[in-house]
Amino acid sequence: MFAYIIRRVLATIPVMAVVALFVFSLLYIAPGDPAAVIAGDQATPADVERIRQSLGLDRPFLVRFGEWVWNILNGDMGVSIFTNLPVTTMIKQRIEPTLSLMVLTLILAVSIAVPMGVVAAWKHGTWIDRCVMGFAVLGFSVPVFVVGYVLAYVFALELDWLPVQGYTAFKEGLFPWLENLILPSIALGGVYIALIARITRATMLEVLQQDYVRTARAKGVGQRSILFLHALKNAAVPIVTVIGIGMALLIGGAVVTESVFAIPGLGRLTVDAILRRDYPVIQGVVLLFSFVYVLVNLLIDLLYTLFDPRIRY
Amino acid sequence: MIGRRTLLASALAAPAFAQSAASRTLRVIPQANLTSLDPFWTTAVVTRNHAYLVYDTLIACDNQGTPHPQMLAGWSVEDGGLRWVMTLREGLRFHDGEPVRSIDCTTSIIRFCVRDPFGQSLGAALAEARVIDDKRFELRLKHPFPYVAIALGKTNGCFVMPERVARTDAYTQIRDTTGSGPFRFLSDEWNPGSQAVWAKFDGYVPRQEPVNGLAGGRVPKIDRVEWNVISDSSTAAAAMATGEQDYWEYPLHDLLPRLRRARDVVVDQRLTDGTYGIMRFNCLYPPFDNAGVRRAVAMAVDQKDWLTAVAGDDPAGYGRCEGIFACDTPLANEVGSEILKTRNLERARQALAAAGYKGEKVVLLAPGDYPQINALSLVTADLLKRLGMNVELVSTDWGTVVQRRASREPPEKGGWNVFHTTSGGADLILPATNLYLRANGANAWFGWPEDAEIERLRAAWLAAPDEAAGKRIGEQLNARSMQVMAYIPLGFYWQPSVWRRNVTGVFRSPTTVFWNIGKA
Repeated sequence: MFAYIIRRVLATIPVMAVVALFVFSLLYIAPGDPAAVIAGDQATPADVERIRQSLGLDRPFLVRFGEWVWNILNGDMGVSIFTNLPVTTMIKQRIEPTLSLMVLTLILAVSIAVPMGVVAAWKHGTWIDRCVMGFAVLGFSVPVFVVGYVLAYVFALELDWLPVQGYTAFKEGLFPWLENLILPSIALGGVYIALIARITRATMLEVLQQDYVRTARAKGVGQRSILFLHALKNAAVPIVTVIGIGMALLIGGAVVTESVFAIPGLGRLTVDAILRRDYPVIQGVVLLFSFVYVLVNLLIDLLYTLFDPRIRY
Repeated sequence: MIGRRTLLASALAAPAFAQSAASRTLRVIPQANLTSLDPFWTTAVVTRNHAYLVYDTLIACDNQGTPHPQMLAGWSVEDGGLRWVMTLREGLRFHDGEPVRSIDCTTSIIRFCVRDPFGQSLGAALAEARVIDDKRFELRLKHPFPYVAIALGKTNGCFVMPERVARTDAYTQIRDTTGSGPFRFLSDEWNPGSQAVWAKFDGYVPRQEPVNGLAGGRVPKIDRVEWNVISDSSTAAAAMATGEQDYWEYPLHDLLPRLRRARDVVVDQRLTDGTYGIMRFNCLYPPFDNAGVRRAVAMAVDQKDWLTAVAGDDPAGYGRCEGIFACDTPLANEVGSEILKTRNLERARQALAAAGYKGEKVVLLAPGDYPQINALSLVTADLLKRLGMNVELVSTDWGTVVQRRASREPPEKGGWNVFHTTSGGADLILPATNLYLRANGANAWFGWPEDAEIERLRAAWLAAPDEAAGKRIGEQLNARSMQVMAYIPLGFYWQPSVWRRNVTGVFRSPTTVFWNIGKA
């Protein structure tokens, strides 16, 4: 197992290298010029060129790529073209809100979606099942920003229960932290809940047809025990897989959610950097997201062994 | 129904000192994200607004455009206009406690003259910026330049930095934000894209005169100014309505009716300058390398169509301005502007045919992420199609537009034919600041028009001996520009601001500044 973990961690290195090359190349060929953005409307073409030179953007691709990779290997993600701040500092400033949003969404989604899927499978074909599936379709179909606006309108503007926007750091207290994150988490969690609920239901339906479930029923085991101790544990592998894959949904959704609720997270940092062509920031954030995604998948692989002892690496 | 704020106010009532602290903080939604802190390095409006918090200026213009001493006690002009002697007033200090000295001022002026267009004109006339003593310095000129005070005191004027900072190359961004303005920048609280914070500078000595535009006493009446970036306009409007924010600099016009209905919110025109729309042609490639084609398009333009697309139907929200200088300013005139009053599609079609338009493709760049400029672009696309032109509308983002507009390649190879921009009225007041007017070919602004007569008139204006002569040249410039038609002026719209009713002391000014503003 330990050797497997080491192998998997080492395997992330070529993955990250490919991601790095891909991101750098994509930005190189994409239209847009930070020098032109910096120079502003009043600048002459000569001004823009001078700024481009001062930023080193006129140097050949390979030189810039090589320098960037070398700096990354030395723990230096570079400096933002616009703010002059180190990319690592900017990421540090933004990581807590995004992490908070994702963790809360994850907790919310799993604690709602798994029981929903289990109940839908248990009450297969009834109005409860149809309601759950209807909700799942809705969760998939309604965009995050629409849910966000509706929630903000109802719960912040009309009812005045929660703030419209912003983020309060965890160190300021649990209640202020939660107050700012409830609506964004619900908005972001919609599609995630739908996804997990559907997979849970489908897997549970399959498991509930198995002989050992029938045997448990014949032995007089209670319905709750059958569902949550016997069936759910055996249905866990696909559910955990989808939770892991869904991390990509969360990362993508966080970009929109953070914009709607003005949460100063990595999603907004990415969007702002892309719009301004702040290359070092874009590269840094995309690398980080890729790394997190690879790690989450590794974690999911390890969790398999917990839920299904037959799986060995 | 009990709301969150009611509940918090009663059950979780904060101590009195906390409430007063909240009332001494002004929470502002800025027009954009503050990404750069150097007002000489970038011309971004948001950076300029930051600069007005942190830095002081030697000279400042009032709402009539008249320059007044700001950091200066006064100035004198000697030797037939070749020597300007400036004297600093007493008590000026930087945020680090060091006194403001003449050397700080001369170094800042020299840095200002590198990048700023009007500053470059001043720089060309400047023989030497010399320190006389700690309180006095002189600007020696090669030839008389009557606009020294206006150049230094215009809205995008000369901010004074400590000498050590001002020595930074103008193409390199400064890191040290020490200024001598009414507020100190709290760099440890700066989270670009989210928040920027300033604290009152207790050592600031304001002038005694009442505030008038950017001139007069800059009295900090609030302890803390917080800019909270909210990129989504609907969220920003909601935050204003609920009182989570106190001031919104640039609300989207579409949201103004909703904001006007909100209790405790004021929607008003604070900025003294309108925002001017500009349709810019690429003069290098067909069909707009032909002045006849450019003029034909101008004949079909009714500015109202563009302005209502941005600012809505309320006539108070916009104004026609059919000349190259900002309306209601000394040089504004309509000599030769009859072509912009044609407003006739059929005549424009005839003129287009007579000019020899042969169906060449017109690549029009439209930034979808910039609502105002996108609206201008879409109206133009519609007009050009109605004129019978072969239009390719390239819908992209602003970042791509600013890059692509700099391309001198043919339109089919990544270049362009038409794009739009907007300009603050302050930049269109004088020939020296109106970059769109320049017609010096490869060195001109994007579009690269070439016209020796415009350049000659511009140079003549810079050397004009008096105001009357300057006005005459302004008329000639307008007439000639209407012939060349390197860009079509699309009129101006007003950009209102929004603030909570408990925000006091909001005054008219050409840009958003926060001195003299308090909170009840």
